[in-house]
Amino acid sequence: MFGIITPSGLHFERHHQGWWDIDPSNHRLMINGLVKAAKVYTMDDLMRLPQVSRIHFIECGANTGMEWAKVAVPTVQYTHGMLSCSEFTGVLLSTLLDDCGIDLKKARVILAEGADGSSMTRTISLDRALDDVIVAWGQNGEMLRPENGYPLRLVVPGVQGVSWVKYLRRIEVGDMPYATKDESVHYIDLMPDGQHRQYSSIQEVKSVITSPSGGQVMLENGFYNVSGLAWSGRGRIKRVDVSFDGGNNWRSADLTSIVLPKALTRFNIGWQWDGKPAMLQSRAIDETGQIQPDSRALRAVRGTKSIYHNNSIQTWQVRESGEVFNVQL
Amino acid sequence: MSSFDRLHRIRIILGAILIASCSASLLAATPNKTTHVDFGVGRPATPAEIKAWDIDVRPDFKGLPKGSGSVSLGQDVWEGKCASCHGTFAESNEVFTPLVGGTTADDIKTGHTRALATGSAPQRTTIMKVATLSTLWDYINRAMPWTAPKSLTTDEVYGVLAFLLNLAEIVPADFVLSDQNIAEVQKRMPNRNGMTTAHGLWDVKGKPDVNGSNCMHNCRATVAVSSQLPEVARNAHGNIAEQNRSFGAIRGADTSRPAGAVALVAATKTEAPKPVTGSELFGKNSCLSCHAKASKLVGPSWEQIATRYKDSTGAEDKLVAKVKSGGAGVWGNIPMPAHAHVSENDIRQMVKLILSGAR
Repeated sequence: MFGIITPSGLHFERHHQGWWDIDPSNHRLMINGLVKAAKVYTMDDLMRLPQVSRIHFIECGANTGMEWAKVAVPTVQYTHGMLSCSEFTGVLLSTLLDDCGIDLKKARVILAEGADGSSMTRTISLDRALDDVIVAWGQNGEMLRPENGYPLRLVVPGVQGVSWVKYLRRIEVGDMPYATKDESVHYIDLMPDGQHRQYSSIQEVKSVITSPSGGQVMLENGFYNVSGLAWSGRGRIKRVDVSFDGGNNWRSADLTSIVLPKALTRFNIGWQWDGKPAMLQSRAIDETGQIQPDSRALRAVRGTKSIYHNNSIQTWQVRESGEVFNVQL
Repeated sequence: MSSFDRLHRIRIILGAILIASCSASLLAATPNKTTHVDFGVGRPATPAEIKAWDIDVRPDFKGLPKGSGSVSLGQDVWEGKCASCHGTFAESNEVFTPLVGGTTADDIKTGHTRALATGSAPQRTTIMKVATLSTLWDYINRAMPWTAPKSLTTDEVYGVLAFLLNLAEIVPADFVLSDQNIAEVQKRMPNRNGMTTAHGLWDVKGKPDVNGSNCMHNCRATVAVSSQLPEVARNAHGNIAEQNRSFGAIRGADTSRPAGAVALVAATKTEAPKPVTGSELFGKNSCLSCHAKASKLVGPSWEQIATRYKDSTGAEDKLVAKVKSGGAGVWGNIPMPAHAHVSENDIRQMVKLILSGAR
């Protein structure tokens, strides 16, 4: 992948009860709960409303989840592959909630529900729902594809993919979280003391070098353009540093793409490979000042059994043969 | 008023206009901040629609329908509709991770699944993790069985949940679970106190709990590998060479061979173009409208020609003549036209390239 946009045909997929092909003329979105008037919108209705097009990343909460305790998989596709970035088009959820007369005195959360087999549900905090959440039908200039939720999905910028409910059919405004299956049995982060963090949602500042990366081979010595991606669920990427000696010394990379909030950002940096072993790392810093931690710092707080929200620094070891390996320090 | 004053006043007015237009465009960029507009789209949801779709049950059991189901009713449903995926005792690890196991009578007392802290259970089952009984009722009701979601009656949902709770030794074998007693059973959930929301990963402005270092130089005294890919995993996802582009200075490693064998793959490196390349000649003389390197188009591919004439003596002269004056019949019915306009030197170079493997 080059740049920051994931071609829709290469978008990662995770389904919670099936892959549905819905006739948009039969699709409806209901908004009910703590609103003045529960309403139903057809696609015809929704597509008349004021719309936005925004570029955001979507990352599975379990991306890099295999690597909490030790190295488990060979390439960046398996360590970081449940990540995509697209331009989404739709109506802001805040527009719809306003249209239904949301009761802002009582409302604390919303519940988003899909039209898949399980009517999959997720709770989203109200401050987020009113901030930048989009009820989207467009992706990268075309309608959503069925595997991405056609004809309607929720876009929850900065938050793990499971909350981006596909085949979206209902929004309920409530005054307490719903503890649905995917926020009570899965997508909960096990801490070293045996407690689970519930409703952990934000995908924190993270980056990875995509070229060269695990499983690849550098054909010969000399100049290389080292390239990677950085992102943060808390805002824009401010800086990315790259190390070629396992984190002992760092140089700041060029941010060569447009830098948008809660979107992938492409970084590049030149490197003369002298043919000797090297350890490549990247470290992102976002506009809130949060710095991507190494795995030791992350494990010191969160242990090794969390599965979710692993945003630690990735190390790629380049051997004299030119082959690149996934390692941890 | 002096001309300076007038100019100054104009500047102030212009500035005010600029500020006004800036804030207008800011508002336009954030439609969520605009005031309420009555769009007149959408229609009221009917009570029947809301009843059909609004089936969620919250931790305080708001939304739970009246009903009841016994452990034995649940067992009947279980054996017919659930056991094939989850196992007779909800212990199966075949399709999904086990639902039951790993909790103790002591956990029911404390509300903490102790095995989560000690790591003593081989796997984390659903009942070890889930804190809220409503979660299980809601999910069985909306999503199960996998092949026919929402096909269970309300009483069957109560029964299946009672059966699971009995397997987990939370309720006795003669128990009947109902909307009346479910709140009491909640108080016996083994991990009911096992969840925390004390973290910064929920609110938009939640505070991070881990931060990295921004050290730039001499940050680590030692750099040592603590974990690397097991040799068995190197090729566990297929040959990575085939998952990467076949050109460019960075390729996929040939993981069908041992790691040590992958030297600098100089042999596979694309050679720099020669002063006059074959592809230039093929292009210049319009050969590529009928031929390609590897696949048969109108005429045979370079590779097919190279293979056919591999061991034949005098092939070069023969083919030069054929290109010049045309031919037919060797590769099928479509004739090769004569190419009298192409210089013999070009033809000979191209034939040499084809016979040498069309590199």
